[in-house]
Amino acid sequence: MSTVITLPVLLPMLGAAVTVVFARSPVLQRVVGVVVLAVVAALAGVLLVVADGSGPVVAELGGWAAPVGIALVADRLSALLLLVSTLVTLAVLVYAIDQRIADYGRGTASTTFHPMYLMLSAGVSLAYLTGDLFTLFVAFEVMLTASYVLISRRTTATRVRAGMTYVTVSLMSSLLFLTAIAMVYAATGTVNLADLAGRMDALPAELRTVLGLMLLVVFGIKAAIVPLHFWLPDSYPNAPGPVAALFAGLLTKVGFYAMLRTQTLLFSRDEPWTLMLVLAVATMLIGALGALAQNDLNRLLSFLLVSHIGFMLFGLAVFDAESVGGAALYAAHHITVLATLFLVSGLITRRTGTVALDQMGGLVGTAPGLAVLFVIPALTLAGIPPTAGFVAKLALLEAGVGAGSGPVAVAGVVIVASLLTLVALVRVWVRVFWGEPRPALPDDDPDDEVVVGTAATAAPMYAATAGLVAVSLAISVFAGPLTAMTDRAGVDLLDRGPYRVAVLGDAP
Amino acid sequence: MIIIPTINLTMAATIAVLYAVGFYLLLSRSLMRVLIGVVVLGHASNLLLQLAGGPPARPPIIGTDPAAMADPLPQALALTAIVITFALTTFLLALGYRSFVLVGHDEVQDDVEDRRIGGQKADPVALESADDDPPDDSDDPSSDRIASTDDDVEAAATGERERP
Repeated sequence: MSTVITLPVLLPMLGAAVTVVFARSPVLQRVVGVVVLAVVAALAGVLLVVADGSGPVVAELGGWAAPVGIALVADRLSALLLLVSTLVTLAVLVYAIDQRIADYGRGTASTTFHPMYLMLSAGVSLAYLTGDLFTLFVAFEVMLTASYVLISRRTTATRVRAGMTYVTVSLMSSLLFLTAIAMVYAATGTVNLADLAGRMDALPAELRTVLGLMLLVVFGIKAAIVPLHFWLPDSYPNAPGPVAALFAGLLTKVGFYAMLRTQTLLFSRDEPWTLMLVLAVATMLIGALGALAQNDLNRLLSFLLVSHIGFMLFGLAVFDAESVGGAALYAAHHITVLATLFLVSGLITRRTGTVALDQMGGLVGTAPGLAVLFVIPALTLAGIPPTAGFVAKLALLEAGVGAGSGPVAVAGVVIVASLLTLVALVRVWVRVFWGEPRPALPDDDPDDEVVVGTAATAAPMYAATAGLVAVSLAISVFAGPLTAMTDRAGVDLLDRGPYRVAVLGDAP
Repeated sequence: MIIIPTINLTMAATIAVLYAVGFYLLLSRSLMRVLIGVVVLGHASNLLLQLAGGPPARPPIIGTDPAAMADPLPQALALTAIVITFALTTFLLALGYRSFVLVGHDEVQDDVEDRRIGGQKADPVALESADDDPPDDSDDPSSDRIASTDDDVEAAATGERERP
């Protein structure tokens, strides 16, 4: 098993190398990308089954035993998120490939897209699997560097501006992360997460709080929690459709995963976390209200993305096994649904030639398939039964209601934010799909790579989007076993014992 | 557990100054200043990592007595961090150059759509009056390069920023 756990990191890196070497062979690039991601998805499924059946899977890199060497750990939480993320990555890659074929024909090669895409996937896998704080930093850097290139390649003036904001903010959070690692190491003498879990308990409470807050800020920037979210609605909408879908699906959730992992493992607490409850309320409300004010479809979705990060923060804030498990389930659902919505937004934009809601209309008549593809993830995001969003929100609310007066009040905010989400999405529905059909606007920026204002879409683009909708529906169909599994993941996270025993090899 | 018995005050002060300078530069609009800020911040965090490795003037991994050697791990971490910062510095340089080619300067501009939505309920006169004389927002107003462009929307955005 210890080989299997390294492959989700190694295979995409190898694939990236192959796609660089064979940059002139577009067919090979596409085959390598799809095959690598499909294999990684299968491996993630295996890891999930094994981790759920017989405890965390651990690999010690280079044969060095855990506190000294770097450990890769796949427990229920990381294997579940790895599986969902890889499925999303795969679907978005299929979409991106077919968009390129539809626009430029089969023969055109892209030298940077495939290598960077696979490197991003490798970074995401490493971030989920690593059991080492510094390797987590490296994983973030691999992932972010690839994303810098993806967001700013084929630059136009607007994309350079968005890229600048994105790169600068991400760089600052990375340097803060490095600072936090230095402080953690100075205080404890280790960067191994399982080892840190034991040593953090021995530190004075004040020092623990400072270290916890530093890591919270670092991952808070990456997860876009209010008030550290400003960069996100500014940069994501300017990325090309598939890239925006990938970022929206994966990157913020990797930040949230890191926050969940470090806060439960290193800074364990016995009661609900008031600061995080406040942040969750602010994130949910400011995100949802921000979405209501937007006229740009992608910006609206970006604000909804921020808003729903708050739901996961609520799960973390309540800090019991059920709520943390609910947050994990919510993250899995959120990864699929946001990626789907951004892909659908890409399809809508292609047809209408614009992202401005007030210049669209009547798509339900001209593109009924698109309307179906939009309405299912939209209802899922708003949490209407029987979708996956409802299942995930129910898990969070059940945990919150049983946890004291503060969480109950915030549970009310969860419902308000869900309703605001629904209002924002209904607004999109009315503006985009109802009303008189309007002619497509011409491409306002023909120099950039994104071709809009054409009805020419390849069927696989719809198929890839429909595949993601199917993943999201599968989450609601298998809600019972999944919820039971994330509950077990939540128990593990708060117990900390299984993780530490698996990594360090003896009872803590 | 590694406990640092005494912290070298000179090192602590140096690191503090580097962090302050780095964050100050990060706040400016010019990407070149941001770049220098990132480099300085990178130095600051690498020095902090070194400080976490124990007192100075001891070689890493020599002989077999752990007390005689410096902790090699922070040095390895700093080495990795230096490489990463170096790569990202070159990327930022390329991005700044790209911006210079496309827009004529390397300054981070306002998010136009955000400004438009922020100004929706605001006094429309203030937005329009900004067209008359686009103020020079560059860090160096004495230079003959003007930060604002002729573009109406951007001028409106700049005007929006000027309002208290």
